[in-house]
Amino acid sequence: MITKHSHACVYVTDQDRARAFYTDKLGMEVRDDVRMGTFRWLSVAPKTQPDACIVLMLVGAGPMLSEEQAGQLRALLEAGVLGAGVLETDDCRRDYDELKAKGVQFAREPKEMPYGIEALMRDDSGNFYSLTQRR
Amino acid sequence: MPSSRATLRRLIRARDVLHASVQRGATLDELARASGLSRGFLARSFSRTFGVPPHQYLVQLRLEHAKRALARGLSVTEACLEVGFESLGSFSASFHRRVGVSPRSWQRQARGLVQSLGVPALYIPACFLARYVGHV
Repeated sequence: MITKHSHACVYVTDQDRARAFYTDKLGMEVRDDVRMGTFRWLSVAPKTQPDACIVLMLVGAGPMLSEEQAGQLRALLEAGVLGAGVLETDDCRRDYDELKAKGVQFAREPKEMPYGIEALMRDDSGNFYSLTQRR
Repeated sequence: MPSSRATLRRLIRARDVLHASVQRGATLDELARASGLSRGFLARSFSRTFGVPPHQYLVQLRLEHAKRALARGLSVTEACLEVGFESLGSFSASFHRRVGVSPRSWQRQARGLVQSLGVPALYIPACFLARYVGHV
């Protein structure tokens, strides 16, 4: 029985910038930040969620991704067509105001939906997230 | 009932005190003072938010630190003392109960990984590592 989803992978175009975005702007904390040669294992998570993290993987060629594929992935990111998931909040409108004031880009402002209040935001690489206050 | 934003901030403060006092181990009284919450409310809310009560959270934290110390090459006794366990017996028992193997067995496995792959962190899932080193 699978009991939990613990690691989600989000491709980013610059890990230093992504680390700053997810911590300084979104208020998450760094869980791992270690390097092995050119590979950097960088993960972040909301401070109140100890058992799950977002792995911020750099888009780059390697054993599993050719230069061409990495280029295609980078192009998709830059086009802003990759969705990264849902970030839950206890107050979507307040977070929207606070994050917008910090320069976070939103594709849609908070909107009443049957399942809660939801806004659509982008990270610094172009990944978009639902910022959702469930009900 | 989910905690309010203000309560979550206080709980995070208490958790941060635990992170800052791994070796010494902050008491529930200290955590209550640091967070401005009553002991009972803190204990209940902490469990609800972080999955375990403060003391268990501290034990988990100590074991994670102990793993890092063991992977660095410290002896079991040195790792035990570094992370604040009162005795080698309680350290080994806690470690075995939660990790499933003794500290020394775990150290042998971890050092093998570090030496063969140069993996500096304790847990990099193979699905991620494979993107860097190929098959692992």
